[in-house]
Amino acid sequence: MDGYKVLIGLEMHCEISETNSKVFSSAENSYKEVPNSNIRPLDMGFPGTLPRVNKKAVEMALKASMILNCKQPEYMYFERKNYYYPDMPKNYQITQETKPIPVGIYGSLTFDYKDEPRTVRINNIHLEEDAASQDHYANFSTIDYNRAGVPLLELVTEPDLRSADEAVAFLETMRSIYQYAGISEADSRKGQIRCDVNVSIMDENLDDTDPKNWGTKVEIKNVNSFGGVRDAINYEIERQVELKETGKYDEMEQQTRRWDEDTFTTKFMRSKVDAIDYRYFVEPNIPKYKISKEWLEKIRESIPELANERKEKYMNEFGLSEYDSKVIVKDKSISDFYEDTLKLGADPKSSANWLTSVILGYLNKNEIEIKDLFLTPKMLVDLMDMVKEGKISSKQSKEVLNKVLEDKKEPKEIVKKLGVTQISDDKTIRDIVVKVLDEHPDLIEDHRKGKNTFDFFVGQVMKATRGQANPSLTADIIREEIDKR
Amino acid sequence: MMEKGIVELHEALVNKEVTSEELVKESLAKAHEVQDKCNAFVTILDDVKALEVTDDLLSGIPYGLKDNYSTKDILSTGSSNTLKDYVPFFDATSVINLKSHNAICIGKTTMDEFGMGGTGTTAHTGIIRNPWDLERQCSGSSSGSAASVAAGVFPYATGSDTGDSIRKPAAYCGIVGYKPTYGMISRYGLFPFASSLDHLGCLTRSVRDAAIVVDAMKGIDKYDMTSWDSSNMHLYESLSDNVKGKKLCYIKEICDPSNYPDASKELKEHLDNFYKTLELCKKIGMEVEEVSVDMKLLNALSSVYVVISCAEATSNMSNLTGIVFGPRSEGKNYVEMMKNYRTKGFSSLIKRRFIIGSYVLQAENKDRYFNNAQRVRRLIVDTWKDLFKKYDAVILPVGGGPAKYLDESKNKDYTNSRILEEHLQIGNFGGFPSITIPNGFVSNLPVGINITGNCYDDINVLNIAYALEGQMNYKNQIAKEVK
Repeated sequence: MDGYKVLIGLEMHCEISETNSKVFSSAENSYKEVPNSNIRPLDMGFPGTLPRVNKKAVEMALKASMILNCKQPEYMYFERKNYYYPDMPKNYQITQETKPIPVGIYGSLTFDYKDEPRTVRINNIHLEEDAASQDHYANFSTIDYNRAGVPLLELVTEPDLRSADEAVAFLETMRSIYQYAGISEADSRKGQIRCDVNVSIMDENLDDTDPKNWGTKVEIKNVNSFGGVRDAINYEIERQVELKETGKYDEMEQQTRRWDEDTFTTKFMRSKVDAIDYRYFVEPNIPKYKISKEWLEKIRESIPELANERKEKYMNEFGLSEYDSKVIVKDKSISDFYEDTLKLGADPKSSANWLTSVILGYLNKNEIEIKDLFLTPKMLVDLMDMVKEGKISSKQSKEVLNKVLEDKKEPKEIVKKLGVTQISDDKTIRDIVVKVLDEHPDLIEDHRKGKNTFDFFVGQVMKATRGQANPSLTADIIREEIDKR
Repeated sequence: MMEKGIVELHEALVNKEVTSEELVKESLAKAHEVQDKCNAFVTILDDVKALEVTDDLLSGIPYGLKDNYSTKDILSTGSSNTLKDYVPFFDATSVINLKSHNAICIGKTTMDEFGMGGTGTTAHTGIIRNPWDLERQCSGSSSGSAASVAAGVFPYATGSDTGDSIRKPAAYCGIVGYKPTYGMISRYGLFPFASSLDHLGCLTRSVRDAAIVVDAMKGIDKYDMTSWDSSNMHLYESLSDNVKGKKLCYIKEICDPSNYPDASKELKEHLDNFYKTLELCKKIGMEVEEVSVDMKLLNALSSVYVVISCAEATSNMSNLTGIVFGPRSEGKNYVEMMKNYRTKGFSSLIKRRFIIGSYVLQAENKDRYFNNAQRVRRLIVDTWKDLFKKYDAVILPVGGGPAKYLDESKNKDYTNSRILEEHLQIGNFGGFPSITIPNGFVSNLPVGINITGNCYDDINVLNIAYALEGQMNYKNQIAKEVK
């Protein structure tokens, strides 16, 4: 792709998973294994059913709008997007796109890409209803209406992204925002995130801030994972560059393609001239209502600390490294776990050490999430306290933690069971130290001459106590006993 | 007995002069009789049980439901082939409300398909005839409700009104038709035609009964966001015939005979009769003034109505695919199944309206048609709201005379009285409370007068109608076959 600039815009759909009910029906908003077990008459489009807006979903959408620095509307209203498709039994979708102002317009988001801040302009973010999910088999298809009517946020960016990796970095930031703000689990494995990607290329030496210089836009529909987004963009760039190189680019029409996960290619769906006319009009069953300043203020105040703010706090207030801070905030559940240990009085640095060195490794190795662990923040704090109080050594504590994770038992129980306990009794250690020193008068001399024999003495004491002597107390006593001689 | 009004029937029940069983039996027998003559019912519920008589005025008394009300376990077709076998599993909110009053539904009444049409000739079960003259239309779309109430099957039936569908058939059948302010009665469970224009209401033989029935049907509903709390409005209790000092106006451009130089004899009589009724209004102490309205707005009425109602209808009815409910059609794939179902199921009138609706919403046409229609709708509503600043209500004649013939070729006498046929739509544009009451006869057939007031001013509108009704002899009249 040398010689070309790539312009990428995203339409990111994310289900709001944290409301109790769907966006316009009273059916529960939850992921259900049994198909078609979570539906109300409206979700099936029965005659005479009417939508009613879930205020909580609107609140969350406005929250997202604020986080993305968008302008919020004065009035809330919805519109109908009319099209026939089996995943939408009413055969129209209640959404916000054109004339009624969506929950947010003209915002921007700054995110980190390769440790550099990048800013993407947000065209709009709007609230709509999700469609049913479908599975296609050789001779038939199945439809599950559980997902029909789940609140969905659609975020539309300007074409400000310049590479597949940058697009993915943006999506990861958005996922983190949705999670931190308590809007969505944003789990693509549950189908909660879906993207449409716009890709075009242009000559590198032209000004990319002038839309006149932009190439022909190709939209790729229904990319359902971040990996898919990366692959689809990279494939599409290559395809378009190939067209340029072979002189066929000018023949390419503005078009919609779909990402084919089996062949790792994009496939032609329709050209712009065949674009669907959705015949939008304002949804008459939802009266427009004024969004009060007070309500907006309340929502603004309810925005919690997001990943970026927590990262800054960890670095500036707790003195963690940037790397560790990033690792901890990357997953909200890990960051929450961390903050919970601090609330229980843990030392920020040692708690962070435990997380980054031991616990995250364990999670990765076993491919599980922190919520699946038997270990609670309280247990980790107990363990750290035992070390601090000298009851066990830090080396022992690692062993204890592993046992806690494996045997699913409280740290105190494990300590008891293993018989690991630290000797912190002055007299016991002093007796051993005296004995060790007595056996090695020559090494005391060497020590005085500046040779490092100190660690040898510590080692001998540890050996004699099977590692149970309190290391710092042991060092102190050795120092005292040498000085006495 | 069924020729009596609600209060009289209630008293008879309470005094044990008659039982609810006897009323049901009589009502069912009468329903079958009217069915044979007029085709007023899609379904007659022969097995319906009597209900306990309580203090409630409606308890134990039979009534009819228009077939576009969703009724649990009872066939609800909207008089369309597309739902000819549809048995809902939930009741409309207004039906639940009536049930809670121990009202007894004895049948579902025939209508123009999905309320689209004003003739009563487009139902999938055939045309509906006017009980006064079987050669004539009831008009529509609440045709079966109007015919059955006028014929004395029961004291009231429900209706729905998107353009005039309660108020016009009421006039042509010589009864009362009332649609309250938009949102006073929940639309949940009413098969939609055009959501922003759809109203529920009732057809009765007296203003008092209309107040009693709407009192029972109304109420804020969490399932309808456009419904509002009217719990402090008691229509029946608020009835009063003291209307001294109330101010009415009528529109010169609609009522003045000089607008209709080639008027038929019937139209002349009808307008004459209208002005006589205005004299009655003055007699009971109301002021009546003539006002003038921009003819351009009035001329735009039908276009505005067609554009908005068809646009909303084509979207509202796209849920009818025959796949989830309704008689499923054959086809190689779901698109073909859907196409076959819709092509066969809908009457040509509805299909025509769907095409208009789609056309006016298309990106390249939307501003010219749909958006402009919305703008003109606003202008018309504002004009009427201005009138309501000065006047308690607007009073106008309904239609251009009595009911039309079913045989269209006999209707050639009906001259260009378009605006008379269309002005009731203004009540739907603004969501205004609007009531039609009978005000006499033309060619031995009933004609009506309409009173429309400002939103939430239902009590005022009802009282004006109530007082005026008291000055005439058409209250509780039962259709007598004149031919």
